[in-house]
Amino acid sequence: MPDTARIERIFREESGRSVAALIRAFGDIDLAEDAVQEAFAVALRHWPAAGLPPNPGGWITTTARTRAIDRLRRESRGRELLGELALLAPGRDDDGFGGADDPGPVRDDRLRLIFTCCHPALSREAQVALTLRLLGGLSTADVARSFLVSEATMAQRLVRAKRKIKAARIPYRVPEAHELAARLEPVLAVVYLIYNAGVTSPAGPEPWQPAARPRASGEAKPWQPAARPRASGEAKLCGEAVRLARILVTQLPGEPEVAGLLALLLLTESRRAARIGPDGGFVPLAAQDRTRWDRELIAEGQAIVRACLRLDRPGQYQLQAAVSAVHADSVSTGRTDWRQILALYDQLLAVAPTPVVALNRAVAVAEVHGPAAALALVEMLELDQYQPYHAVRADLLRRLERHGDAAAAYARAAALAPGTAEREFLLRGGRGD
Amino acid sequence: MPHYLLSVHSVAGEPREPMTDEEMQESHRRLGEIEEGMRSSGTWVFSGRLHEPDTATVVRMSGGEVLTVDGPFAESKEQLGGFYVIRADDLDAALALAAKVTAAIEVPIEVRPFVAVADA
Repeated sequence: MPDTARIERIFREESGRSVAALIRAFGDIDLAEDAVQEAFAVALRHWPAAGLPPNPGGWITTTARTRAIDRLRRESRGRELLGELALLAPGRDDDGFGGADDPGPVRDDRLRLIFTCCHPALSREAQVALTLRLLGGLSTADVARSFLVSEATMAQRLVRAKRKIKAARIPYRVPEAHELAARLEPVLAVVYLIYNAGVTSPAGPEPWQPAARPRASGEAKPWQPAARPRASGEAKLCGEAVRLARILVTQLPGEPEVAGLLALLLLTESRRAARIGPDGGFVPLAAQDRTRWDRELIAEGQAIVRACLRLDRPGQYQLQAAVSAVHADSVSTGRTDWRQILALYDQLLAVAPTPVVALNRAVAVAEVHGPAAALALVEMLELDQYQPYHAVRADLLRRLERHGDAAAAYARAAALAPGTAEREFLLRGGRGD
Repeated sequence: MPHYLLSVHSVAGEPREPMTDEEMQESHRRLGEIEEGMRSSGTWVFSGRLHEPDTATVVRMSGGEVLTVDGPFAESKEQLGGFYVIRADDLDAALALAAKVTAAIEVPIEVRPFVAVADA
């Protein structure tokens, strides 16, 4: 018999599809959310005794739909709406999973919902919050915890975003071909942010860590997830990002950047276990036990990268994935094909000329042309508030045997480090042991 | 159908490359075309260009009396310079139109939905 945790997991996996289907059927986000929530409550009451229905996802959608219709019947405005719906879609009785009356490839409603959640008219914070809440089925409390804001603040952010969608009529549709490239950008950025929010604290659950507790020093911005409690929330976010990327790949097979993003996430995910040492400390790439890399994820990621290369329409996610794929091929840092990595970073810098890309490129420069050449590049960057800048600089100074300067840079990096494990690593002077 | 306000804000004292006569004419021509398209498609509801903010007058109630004072209401550098009221299916349609206007006049456009308006 399924326990509560299992039912919760099923709901997280299935609720996005149900919410999306109900929004399409009723045109109302709040109604859809509430109805799916009610279906969850029903499941919690019945499933433990009765067992799982054969198709839990379909059960959730059907139950939620019934609840939504019940509610609309109770309200006079709702009865009008039901009348309008009947006029619009006479006799439609599909389960909301995509029209049998809809010619062409069946599009998942979740794709519409992703584009609505990530509409450029919404702030990035709102995009991330809506995506996690509506597609990821995370509770408002979970979403709030992931981004170190109070639940009340997050609830308000969600309310405001949904009000804007309704008032400004942000459409619920997949953009047309000519607008797709521009509209995909925020979608991919949001998925990548969600993944990184989960990975910033590299450890999984660490039982000796204090319980989840928002920092007193105000809110972190969602695109810079700062020190966060290690809860299962971390893995949840990474898993959620991979799941969203998979939906996007299935729905938009012709978009190499979408595939590139999935490959990047899989390849990063493959190193999850190796990022954490036996003492729970952060392990940098160079010191990782490569036998702990997940070969299955690597194989999948690399196959996608190869397929992307054949399309020859490079973009920032594909190039980052390609870098990651080269690392995955190497038995050690010393035997990594750094020239190829540098060539990829040259391309990446051309399509995404940001200081962060320049910093990562400098790391490859250090391996190909030596730490002095890399340090000269690093010193030109204005990234004083960016923790990895100081970590890279510290490492280069150490290799140049400028120990005093290196110590100062390590201290600066440690002060800015997001996670405890990473901070301890830096406080040890960047030694991986 | 939803209505949107497309407003054009000018920023006082913001350094801006002055347009040449030719550029000005080109901008007017493009704007004329866009407005013509708006009228023929039934998108256009109303539009107008405003005089400088220092031509504004504010009336307000003060101690039961009507007070008339000089000046724009908001003491801000950004002031409304002109606007369109349009009908559009959804935000994307309104944004597409705003994009055309901003491309023609090279000034940012704010797009804001009206609370439900009955179609005349």
